[in-house]
Amino acid sequence: MNNPLDALPPDLVRGMTMPRLSRRRALQVGGLSVLGLSLAACGIPGAPGSKLGLHAAREEITKFWTEHAKNTGQLNFENWPLYIDVGKGSDHPSLDLFTKETGIKVKYGEDIQDDDSYFGKIQPVLAAGQSIGWDIIVITNGIYLDKLVNLDYLIPLDQNAMPNFYANASPLVLDPSFDRGNVYTMAWQSGMTGIAYNPKYVDREITSWADLQDPAFKGKIGMFADIEDTPNSALCAIGVNPETSTEADWRKAADWLKKQRPLVRKYYQQDYVGPLSKGDLWISLAWSGDIFQANASGSNLKFVIPKEGAPLWTDNMCIPVHAQHPRDAMTYMDFVYQPKIATMLAEYINYVTPVPATQPLILADAKAATSKDDKEALTELADSPLIFPSQADYSKLHRYRVLDSAEEKIWDGLFEPIYES
Amino acid sequence: MGARLRARLAPYWLVLPAWLWLVIFFVVPTLIMLSVSTMTGNLLDGFKQTFHWSTYSDGWDAYHVQFVRSIVYGLVATVLCLVIAYPVAYWIAFRGGRHKSTLLFLLLLPFFVSFVIRTQSWNFILSDNGIVLSPLKHWHVLGKDYHVLQTPMAVVGGLVYNFLPFTVLPIYVALERVDPALLEASSDLYANKATAFTKVVLPLSMPGVFAAVLLTFVPVASDYVNATILGGPKTTMIGNIIQTEYFTNSDYPTAAALSFILMAALLIGVFAYARVLGTEDVLEMAAA
Repeated sequence: MNNPLDALPPDLVRGMTMPRLSRRRALQVGGLSVLGLSLAACGIPGAPGSKLGLHAAREEITKFWTEHAKNTGQLNFENWPLYIDVGKGSDHPSLDLFTKETGIKVKYGEDIQDDDSYFGKIQPVLAAGQSIGWDIIVITNGIYLDKLVNLDYLIPLDQNAMPNFYANASPLVLDPSFDRGNVYTMAWQSGMTGIAYNPKYVDREITSWADLQDPAFKGKIGMFADIEDTPNSALCAIGVNPETSTEADWRKAADWLKKQRPLVRKYYQQDYVGPLSKGDLWISLAWSGDIFQANASGSNLKFVIPKEGAPLWTDNMCIPVHAQHPRDAMTYMDFVYQPKIATMLAEYINYVTPVPATQPLILADAKAATSKDDKEALTELADSPLIFPSQADYSKLHRYRVLDSAEEKIWDGLFEPIYES
Repeated sequence: MGARLRARLAPYWLVLPAWLWLVIFFVVPTLIMLSVSTMTGNLLDGFKQTFHWSTYSDGWDAYHVQFVRSIVYGLVATVLCLVIAYPVAYWIAFRGGRHKSTLLFLLLLPFFVSFVIRTQSWNFILSDNGIVLSPLKHWHVLGKDYHVLQTPMAVVGGLVYNFLPFTVLPIYVALERVDPALLEASSDLYANKATAFTKVVLPLSMPGVFAAVLLTFVPVASDYVNATILGGPKTTMIGNIIQTEYFTNSDYPTAAALSFILMAALLIGVFAYARVLGTEDVLEMAAA
């Protein structure tokens, strides 16, 4: 347990920042882009294949963290919108507390709209061997996290600097299937993809994915322009567990989505909650926490996990290569795994918290709350299966299908045309 | 090496910056993209030049609907822009008087706001239960389920709204140069107002109209922002496809091939259009 890397296959440990290699690669790529024509002649180089063995790789990682043993006093943290606690005004109490306790100043960004476009944004910069300017980025498990790992774009974490994580992380995010041994990631929050609807326009109980195909909602149905949530939800809809699905299942799921397509108003990126509250949409694919948050600020929407089951995902903090303050990043990532801090986040974000020890703390806050509204909201939060799913809930929730590159081609070919054109 | 030779070379030296600009920022990138369009591979293994020309036919097979749609939207939006822009330009040029520059400034004023914000604001204005549709639905002018957003109407409307100034300005410049004395002369020659317009003003403004059509149609046909913000599943334009292929799917060859098909289609269209209108107009337009 001291060094989880020991137990790992070499390909997992392969990725790391290797100053010599990355510099050479930077020169390579940089030089090629300057001499555009030679680039055109030779092709665009792919990821560098590390020739180092497991032992050397482990030593390189240790060396890297020894070289970056001290905090620099600065941390640049890039996250998704509305994904952290907000205090009076627009400050973030948990970040302020972090600065107070560690002396590390935080620059906080909220520019990640979805994984694919964010990957498209940072990929050329990382490929050119440059820093993207952020020390922590938050990426959902799935195709794009796998790509970041396989392209050696993430720095393996310092396993000796994660005491809070190993003490408090829930089984859901400890040693997860998409990052065995937490080599590259620590979870930020998890959530479910289900159905949200506006009871003002939908006058019956929604229970099934089939409700997203009801012709009565024609032109008022929202879906996601997303290569994970939309296909994996469709797989659940046809009664298949996405994790173990086969190509034949994918074809059936694609047919399900094609049948639904004439009824769909729009395939949304991130902006479906507004139309849902306004009535442009009546019913939509949705993320659990979004609906909880919207209701906290006055909307009256409902969220359900359909009876056929639903996708469960985890957003992960990770450190991109060439990050300028990797130690500060490690310090912060472990910092948020203290139950006290995780509670501050959970009470605001309303997704599935990675620290189960927050539940009694939230209840304690509810008891201590002075206003009746706060008390009710916090109690509801602590009891909500969307924040603290029960074992029965988990049996209905499935991870995304993990795809190898040949499968990914088939998957993309089946599902992309449905929402892209 | 006499002074005479140097004098003869001088024009070439002077034109050099323009050539360099064109080569570095147009010719080289175009060649690179041309080369990328025939590569095969993926992000992990890299892309290799294999002269895989069938990317072009595959791209056309998969996305010809979006190509045709973009051209149709482009044509409709351009015609609407012309119909709206010509009277505006005419009015400013002939009736603007001393307020001409103020009026032109007002025309450009919306441009000082980010066009993403301007387009996004139509989402509020045209919302199903928003300030426009909700009274109309209340008075039963429109059905309960009627909506504008995510329809072709919304996308074409957004395109017209965003590109209108590109249509107005060239027409205005052409009309501004029409000497009002010519109108007096035509009325001396017994032309009524309509004849004076069709026989004198309109022909003289044609170079401006030509430029306006180019400046509107070309960017409109390759636009993707309006379709992203105001459109739905049935209004995707080829610009959206190229954007997704490039930035989301990292399928650089397909994105490059689609760009070239679009470029070829637009160039052929523009040259055909120039032939029909006559080369004289093109040269005049260039001079304008």
